[in-house]
Amino acid sequence: MQEGEIHIDKEIKEILYGVTDPEIPVLSVLDMGIIRAVQVEERKVDIKITPTYSGCPAMDTIATDIKFALEGKGFETTIELILAPAWTTDWITMEGRRKLEEYGIAAPLETSLDKRALIDGERIVQCTHCGSKNTEVKSQFGSTACKALFQCKDCLEPFDYFKCLK
Amino acid sequence: MDNSNLFNYLLMLGDNSMILGHRLSELCGHGPTLETDIALTNISLDLFGQVRSYFQYAAKIQGGDSSEDKIAFLRYENQYRNVLLVEQANDDLAHVFTRQFLFDSFHKLLLEELKESKDEQIQAIAIKSLKEVDYHLRFSSQWMRRLGDGTEESHARMQAALNHLYPFVEEFFRMTEVEKSMMEEGIGADLAKIREIYYTNIHQVIVEATLQLPETKPRQAEGKIGRHSEQLGFILSDFQYMQRAYPNMAW
Repeated sequence: MQEGEIHIDKEIKEILYGVTDPEIPVLSVLDMGIIRAVQVEERKVDIKITPTYSGCPAMDTIATDIKFALEGKGFETTIELILAPAWTTDWITMEGRRKLEEYGIAAPLETSLDKRALIDGERIVQCTHCGSKNTEVKSQFGSTACKALFQCKDCLEPFDYFKCLK
Repeated sequence: MDNSNLFNYLLMLGDNSMILGHRLSELCGHGPTLETDIALTNISLDLFGQVRSYFQYAAKIQGGDSSEDKIAFLRYENQYRNVLLVEQANDDLAHVFTRQFLFDSFHKLLLEELKESKDEQIQAIAIKSLKEVDYHLRFSSQWMRRLGDGTEESHARMQAALNHLYPFVEEFFRMTEVEKSMMEEGIGADLAKIREIYYTNIHQVIVEATLQLPETKPRQAEGKIGRHSEQLGFILSDFQYMQRAYPNMAW
């Protein structure tokens, strides 16, 4: 079991795999690691979710989507937003990282490498189009709070990088 | 149990983030480049996220029909408890970056203190926010250096902005009764403890940015007890418009 992973009832798990992040539609809420606890009692489900970034505008939508998905299968659902322990990019599953890369977003590096890429401008983030590491940070803040904008100096294409958050 | 000190303390924490977040949101679509525009609005979004956490908690303490929106939108000017620095206008980009830098430097130290708060919810918000504020401070420090140590024009503008905004920072450290009582209860931060570190940190960046430390005395400023500059009135007339024009409207 990966760090931060939690036990979830099989039926519920399948439903949750169908609920995705509206900003990154290839990632399910389970891949993101934002589901922190699931309690099932008969047809009642209590779910605790945690935001990626405090101001993530997708959180309300995600909570509503989870509720709809579960209630559609006949589960009475309550959702609670918790802040502690705080979300970290380590909770994105291996499967989630793979999907991110396929979708065109470079998966987060470890903290020290992340700083070297974002602050010192070291060319270590791999381009999601051509695989080259000859890439340059264009903006530390990208199209959403969790991403930075990079450009590949070989294929010249821009791409997003999911920032490390610990 | 009387929770009014805790409630007011949450307003202080939330209002700083909210008013600065609003100032940054005014720049949405007006940034000098797309990257800067996105960065400033992302920072604004982080700040508003933090405000929601503080105010949801405050609403719970207040009870009754209180809500995060009511606390955010339906107070009078003298009930807002932000420091005067954050309400200062976006005169030019030098002012925007300098204001951000002076605030981020304080914000980071404050949250590091609040990580040890005895109040679990404040502690959780601080730990969460700190991760975001790290990015904010890196961003604003970089721009201090880049523009301070830039062209003759950018240097002059940064110096003017620093001269204008620097006298506001001492207000961070003047502790109100609410802050003192929260500190004594182990909930709030001991601001005297972080004051020296704050000045050391910002002086270092100011020097690296080739700027001169202003010699002006600290301004009289009492935003934390609701005495504001005229700037806040203009902000609130925008900020509160929807709720005043269409009471109880919801998205």
